[in-house]
Parts: sequence; C-alpha cells; structure tokens
Amino acid sequence: MKGNRNLWLGGGLTLIFASAALISFLWVPYDTTVLDIANKIKGPSGAHPLGTDHFGRDILSMIMVGARTSIAVALVAVGIGMGLGVPLGLTAAAKKGSLLDELIMRGNDLVFAFPSLLIAIMITAVFGASALNAIIAIGIFNIPVFARLTRSGALSLWTRDYVMAARVAGKGAARISAEHILPNVTNLLIVQGTIQFSLGILAEAGLSYVGLGAQPPTASWGRMLADSQTMISFAPHMALFPGLAILLTVLGLNLMGDGLRDMFDPKLRRAR
Amino acid sequence: MSFKIIKLGLLSAAALSASMGMALAKSDIVVALQLEPPHLDPTSAAAGAIDSVLYSNVFEGLTRFASDGSVIPGLAASWEISEDGKTYTFHLQDGVTFHDGSAMDSADVKFSLDRARAEDSANAQKALFDGIESVEALDPATVQVTLSEPNGSFLFNMAWGDAVIVAPETIADIKTAPVGTGAFKFSNWVQGDKIDLEKNADYWGAPAKLDKVSFKFISDPTAAFAAVMAEDVDAFVGFPAPENLPQFEADPRFQVLVGSTEGETILSTNNKMPPFDNVKVREALAHAIDRQAIIDGAMFGYGTPIGTHFAPHNPDYVDLTGMSGYDSELSKKLLAEAGFPDGFKTTLKLPPPSYARRGGEIIAAQLRAVGIETEISNLEWAQWLEQVFKGKDFGLTIVSHTEPFDIGIYARPDYYFQYDNADFQKLMADLAVTSDPAKRSEMLKQAQETISKDYVNGYLFELAFPTVANAKVMGLWKDAPTQATDLTAVYWED
Repeated sequence: MKGNRNLWLGGGLTLIFASAALISFLWVPYDTTVLDIANKIKGPSGAHPLGTDHFGRDILSMIMVGARTSIAVALVAVGIGMGLGVPLGLTAAAKKGSLLDELIMRGNDLVFAFPSLLIAIMITAVFGASALNAIIAIGIFNIPVFARLTRSGALSLWTRDYVMAARVAGKGAARISAEHILPNVTNLLIVQGTIQFSLGILAEAGLSYVGLGAQPPTASWGRMLADSQTMISFAPHMALFPGLAILLTVLGLNLMGDGLRDMFDPKLRRAR
Repeated sequence: MSFKIIKLGLLSAAALSASMGMALAKSDIVVALQLEPPHLDPTSAAAGAIDSVLYSNVFEGLTRFASDGSVIPGLAASWEISEDGKTYTFHLQDGVTFHDGSAMDSADVKFSLDRARAEDSANAQKALFDGIESVEALDPATVQVTLSEPNGSFLFNMAWGDAVIVAPETIADIKTAPVGTGAFKFSNWVQGDKIDLEKNADYWGAPAKLDKVSFKFISDPTAAFAAVMAEDVDAFVGFPAPENLPQFEADPRFQVLVGSTEGETILSTNNKMPPFDNVKVREALAHAIDRQAIIDGAMFGYGTPIGTHFAPHNPDYVDLTGMSGYDSELSKKLLAEAGFPDGFKTTLKLPPPSYARRGGEIIAAQLRAVGIETEISNLEWAQWLEQVFKGKDFGLTIVSHTEPFDIGIYARPDYYFQYDNADFQKLMADLAVTSDPAKRSEMLKQAQETISKDYVNGYLFELAFPTVANAKVMGLWKDAPTQATDLTAVYWED
C-alpha cells in the first residue's frame, strides 16, 4: 500500500503542475510579457492571488508559464538522454566484452566524471545563454545515466532462456534487443526517467538562477528566485512562491518515481 | 614610598589613557565598493575602479575636482594664463613630497605630462593632452605648459584621474605599489578582497583625519546588503541595490546619501546598423520608451530623466525630454513611415549592473508593444567591452556613461554607437578653442539639441549615486562628479 500512497501523492503533485503548464498555453490570468510598473511588489490579493513581482507581473501567471519552461526543458533533456543513452546501452550489452562495449562505457564514464552543472555553465558560457543550450547541457548528462541502466538491465536478460531461444531461431542481435530486451527494461527506464525529470527541473532552475537558462521575457522559476533575492527582506512572497513551485514539483516527481518502482518491482508485487 | 607613588602615578596614567581612548573617535574605516581595480595605475587604464580607490587619496594632479564638481587648485597652488590663452604657468605647492620621501617638483610634472601624451602612451584619455605642444620646467617650483591652440577646458582636463602627477623613480611598479603625493599612502592589496591605505604623516596640505582606510570589494547586491546590515563595512559607496535603500533609511544606524553623478544612462543604438541608420526608426525608438517606468521599475525611483547626453545639474543643461516623450502610437506611425509597419527584430546586449539588466527587461517589453522584438543577451563586462564597445556587434545596449562632460564622444565617428555628423564634429572642434564662457554655453546647448534632434541614442536617465554609511561617518562625498571616493576629509563623529 505504501507504494500506492507515494504514487498517488507524487502523481497528484506532478499532475497539478503539468496541468498548470498546459493551461498556460490557452489562458493565464495576466500576460507575463506585459509589465505593470505601477503595481510592482504587491502582496497576495484578490486580483493577484500570489501577488506581483518587481515589474508588476502577476506571480501566479509567472509560475504557470514558468512550469511550462521547466517541464519543456526537462522533458526534452530526458528525451535526449533516453534517445541516445538507451540505444548505446543496448548496443553495449549486445556486444558485451567487445571493443565497442568498452568504447561506449568508458565514454560514459568520462561524461559522468565531470560535475554536470559546471559543464552546463561552460556550454552556456561558450555558446550563449538560452533555454536551448540549457536543454542540450542537461541532456548530455542524462545519456550515461540511461546507457548504464539499460546495459546492466539488458545484460541479465541476455542470459535468459527466451533470449537463447530467439538466438537459436536465428534472430540477430539488433532484433533481439528491440523485440525482447527493450520491452523488459522499460520499467527501469520509466522509473529512472521520472527521477531524471525532477533532476532536470532542478538543473534548469539552477541554470536560470545564475542567468544561464531561459532568457527574458520567457518566465522561469530559477530567474524568479534570482530576481527576488535582494527583495526577500521586504517582499518574501516574491521568493516563496517560485521556491515552493520548484520544491513541490521535484518532491512530486521523486515520490512518483518511488511509487512507480514499488509498483513495477516483482518482489513487492508478490508480497502484496 | 616613592615606589608606591610611581605605581600610583602609572595607574592613574593608565586610567587616563583608557578614558581618553574611549573619548577618541574611531580612526579607521572600511569602505566597500562594487568593483575591484584591475591594477593601480590610473594613468594607463580606462577602469574607473582605479580612480574610485586612488583619486585624491593617493594620487593628485595639478588641479582637482571638488565634491561639487568644480575645478580647484591641486598640486598647483596658482597659475597664470597668457593673453592668447596658449601658455599656462603653474606655481607648484611648497614642500610636496611623494610617499617614498622624494620631493615633488617641476621635473615630475614634466615627466607625467610628457609620459601621458607620448606616442606610445597607454593613457586611456589621451585626448585630454592633445593640445599640449610643450611642457617646460622653468624652475623646481614652476612649470610652463604651452598649447598649440587656446583650450577652454585645459584646467578641467588636468583635474582628471588620468592626469595625476607620478614620479619617474617609482613608475615601474605603479601597477602594484602606487606612490603618489596624497593624504593617504598605499599599504597593502589582497587581490580579490581589499586594498589598505594608511595616513601620510608628511602630507603637504590638511592632513587626513583617519589613520587607516580599507577598501573592500563586493559586487553581489545580496552580499552588499548583508555586509552593510551586519556592519561589516562602515560605508558602501555606490550601493548596487536601490530597492534596499528605504530599509537603510528607516534604520537609525545608517545614513543614506543619494547624490548625482555624471552617469548618463542611455539606450545606445548602433547608428550604422540598419534599420537604426534611419533617423525615423531612432525617433520611433525614442517615443516607444517610457522613462518614468524604467526609473521606477529598474531604479526604484532613483534617477532623473534626461533628453540628451548631458548632466542635469550642469548649468548649461537643456531639458529636452519633451523631444522624446512617451507616445507609442506616434512610435508605431513613425515605424510604418520608415517602412517597418510590422516592426523588426534586433539584439539588446546588457552589461551586469541592475540598471542595465532590469532596465533591459522593461525596455524590451516597451519595444515589444510597438512591434520591435529584441533578443536579450546578458553579458559580463569583459564580453560587453569585446562585443559591443570594441566589436560594435550590437543593435541596442544599455550603459551609463559616467565620465564628466563627455558629450565630445558624439564627435568621434568610430566610437561604438558610430554617430557621424560633420556639423556636430565641427561644433566640438570650435568649442575646444573657445574660451568665452557665454559662447561656450551657447555652443554646448546647441550640441545637446543636435544629438537630441538626431535621436542618436535613447536618453533614459541620469544615474543616481547612492551611498549607505554608518550614521556617525562624516565628510563623505554625496555626489559623484568624477569617479572618486575622497576620504581625506572623512571622520567619525563622537
């Protein structure tokens, strides 16, 4: 039952922010690209439930649009990681012990060895700060995570009888990987994907906070925090709400990841 | 017995000195600044941070700026100007010595001026010395400077931090161990942290009231706020976060001085880059900007709107803000006339200060309202100097021009905003050789109107200069007529 509770709580939180992001495409209370200086730094009120920021923008609208930015960046970054990491992992597992396996896995070790946020800062410093470069930077560091996970999951599968049977039946390594290995590591990938997704959101907020993520006028949670920093002593609401948004989203995704793992784990399922 | 008396005497002496120590005011101060100097030679770099630490404190020139921006005698006690306005005879102060003990005489003045105007000089403001034909040391206390043409602003030029007097004996190490004639001498520099100065006991003029001065460098606005609040620093000159000033004002521990500067904050426009080469587009730009919103939003109300490149506190200033009043409908109409009914896209490159970063976001929103899309990129100062100032690779940028009386930059067609107007260049050339005050004033007004009418740049506001200090610190400069933190008259109130 514990697994279920995590799943529901995490899923619920995630759903709230995902739907906020989706709704923001159709409607937001106020246009976040229009400034209203006369109404700057107002606390929560009926007109602005979460108050306004230093340019008089509605913080609720900013958080909704910011959710869109965070989710988009994290989604694409995880997509890059899976899209490249999973085939690499499958290949390495299929060719276990070969030179190719060594090349792929040592390459992964190399990427892993770098502190990811530092490299992200370097990439954005060299190619300019933008949401796209943040996506690429975060995405690159997702590749080895998925490659390793896929390889280790796949290695144990390659020894299974049904894989042997498929080989005897004359299927090639590529076909076996696609038809028999991949479907059986999907559970692992979904769980890891959820965790990586939350890390992606944190990384995006971190990069935006230091000014290397999405550029204005695109709203971003990290930049909202950075903007509010000098005003925290007299306008705490400006930092509180974007901070809560980051906290709750990341918490939600982590709980959901835990819940999913419990749900997929055959041992736990049997126990239930 | 006698032993006892002596002991008693010692005790009372100790008690006396202790009570005197209590009564004596503090004699050291920690002053925070935003930017650390790259090195310590004001005569070979454009970085204003050097003057912020050393001007008047360590280095002095023939003339100097007073706190109100007027030019007063410095190392030159007096001077005579010949009938034709070409020859200046300076009489130097008596008994001036450099911090290494050597005497400051006419040979040092000749050396300093000749070094600054030499062919291979690294001086950042060589134009200040352009008109000098020769410098002669008549006797140890007299220097004669001959100009090729009369120059109405020669004494003003000599007051700049770039024209301070240095000694040939110590010039080799000036970047790390500056030796000047000021009321403070350099003692120590911990790079990345602080610069210490100490009182010059042999100063020729009124001695400094403080014994020790530390300049600390804090560029992060949040750290600046924390440092002042915790009283880690006694004063922050040029406080970076205007939003925090009301809190300091409300706190009896602190005083807040909001002074004027020579910093014209402008939306610099690349006049050579299409479509900004079209004056109609620049005019549209000017009318699209709501100055008051920028002052309120980016500077929290601190700043004076300007309509041209001139400081409002200058007596010759003309208020031309009406030329470029906020009118987005007019702006759209002008854009349509210029052939951009649907607007266009351009770049907006922003250096680190909050006036630029926040002002940039506001301007981008205002320009978007008339159809001009801007792609914002936030740059560090080094990148800004490289790309914008040197590379001229920009559409728009926001920067504050803090040099005093710098309208002359509009006569330099290769300057980064690339304004090329032969009439204006002639006006500036004529101004340089005019010394009649009434005529000069007339020409300056004409110059302000010309650049305003040509909408060379978007004129936003005159930067305010906030200083936050312990309420007991007296004698700080309120205004910033030049980049300087003159501490020679600063003291602690009891």
